[in-house]
Amino acid sequence: MTQREILQQSPQALIEKYPFLSAFFEGQHWMSKLNPEQSLADLFALIDDEHAEDHAFDVQDFINQLMDFIAEMKVFIGNETFQVHQLSILPGTNKSGEPEGFEKLVFEPRTITSIVGPTGSGKSRLLADIEWVAQGDTPTQRRILINEELPDNAWRFSGNRKLVAQLSQNMNFVMDLTVREFLELHAKSRMVTDSGDLIKRIISAANELAGEKFSPDTAITALSGGQSRALMIADTALLSQSPVVLIDEIENAGIDRKKALEILTGEDKIVLMATHDPLLALMADQRIVIKNGGIHRVIKTSAEERTLLSELEQADLKQQQMRTALRSGAVLQRDMYL
Amino acid sequence: MNLVTISGPPSSGKTAVILKAAENLKKRGLKVGAVKFDCLHTDDDLAYEKAGIPVKKGLSGSLCPDHYFVSNIEAVAAWGMEEGFDLLVSESAGLCNRCSPYIKEIKAVCVIDNLSGINTPRKIGPMLRMADIVVITKGDIVSQAEREVFAAGVYAVNPGAVIMHVNGLTGQGAYELSTLLFDERTKLDTLKGKKLRFSMPSALCSYCLGETRIGESYQMGNVRKMDIKNN
Repeated sequence: MTQREILQQSPQALIEKYPFLSAFFEGQHWMSKLNPEQSLADLFALIDDEHAEDHAFDVQDFINQLMDFIAEMKVFIGNETFQVHQLSILPGTNKSGEPEGFEKLVFEPRTITSIVGPTGSGKSRLLADIEWVAQGDTPTQRRILINEELPDNAWRFSGNRKLVAQLSQNMNFVMDLTVREFLELHAKSRMVTDSGDLIKRIISAANELAGEKFSPDTAITALSGGQSRALMIADTALLSQSPVVLIDEIENAGIDRKKALEILTGEDKIVLMATHDPLLALMADQRIVIKNGGIHRVIKTSAEERTLLSELEQADLKQQQMRTALRSGAVLQRDMYL
Repeated sequence: MNLVTISGPPSSGKTAVILKAAENLKKRGLKVGAVKFDCLHTDDDLAYEKAGIPVKKGLSGSLCPDHYFVSNIEAVAAWGMEEGFDLLVSESAGLCNRCSPYIKEIKAVCVIDNLSGINTPRKIGPMLRMADIVVITKGDIVSQAEREVFAAGVYAVNPGAVIMHVNGLTGQGAYELSTLLFDERTKLDTLKGKKLRFSMPSALCSYCLGETRIGESYQMGNVRKMDIKNN
């Protein structure tokens, strides 16, 4: 639509044509008392200087933003380019300027890659390179390809779409809402119109992960640590826009970590996980060793490691069962869970 | 010299973000200076000094801090050019949520934090709506969902802006921000004649001039009344 055509439309007609515009119009204080069925041109005519200044309103500025909003939403909605089938990293250098030890690192949806290395070794930089879709223009000189091609600049500059979603230990819910209201709000920000079923799925997935169940009417700030993590993971899996999920350690308490990873990969996410817990690190398909700011090695999880993993899982299961037993007041016995 | 104006609500993390971005620019051999505009008190100048960034501080005291900003920014920019900075960062707190001390053709950054509440993007006005870059901070302590909801709120208010997440503590995202703050093709000679992106609220009433007494008969000039009945 040209500027002239837009001016002939009413806000209501525009929202009917582009439902995503409702969020944009909600933020327009200047028209809060005006009739949204009138054309924009007519509405502009109603605004005198004082009204415009009170609401810090400028006609041209408004039209530009409206057109930007429509243009950018169109880029994303139903555009194949923004489906990520593959993400790859071309090597750069470590902090000493030496080339990294791999040719091309490939991540696919439904796979897990663990990241190991001491604190400060460059894990955050790696993540930042992915998020910024680095093109040889970051300190590591790495390059990121999406679907084996040079990525669209919109990944870098778009306000509304980010490549990486993050889950880390110290994250909290801060909004004063119930679980259902909270998920509705998130769905709305994603322009999901009929969110009822999706919200049910998220809550049931979260309840599968957490030891103790919560209801849709629980306040999110009243959830326990494990429940909060479970809800964050289920919500990120099912409702986050980002194709890549970075997890910074999943703590052992109160959550089924294996199931958590299954939910994420089941939703076609590319999962990256910084961890030093062998149980998690070995669940990954491959692991990246970071040293001195560079990717030092890429290791495929070996057959022996997989065997080790199942032993670890059994030990873990035993611990979890004991935890459940303790919670219900049982006295533990040596041969209880052999 | 490049000039960038950075504003945002108090305690949103402006200084931390600037310091992390400046660190990256200094590594590239660029000379960065700063000026901090505030109202009554600031210690941020010490933080800049500690980081080895030459800084000037301006306290508006009883005046509107944004009017104070416009009256002083030209001289501060001249100081920056004399000092031979590659980049001068002007930092000011948006205290009344209405002002936009942004200048046409001068890069404008708004810093706003995830903890400030979901409706904040809609409340802030031109400071957010007219920024070229919006930096969202404190993302490390809220959930992914809240980050997305907050960013969508910012986006609805300012769809044209580059929206970035920067962590003022770890510096995550600060390198990327720094590449957007400095452009070697930009050469500022003087601010004289440049214009604000938006007018500041006008008011000149008896209280602006020192009146302290309450009551109709003491109110003169540009005074406006609430409509209590039809509110």
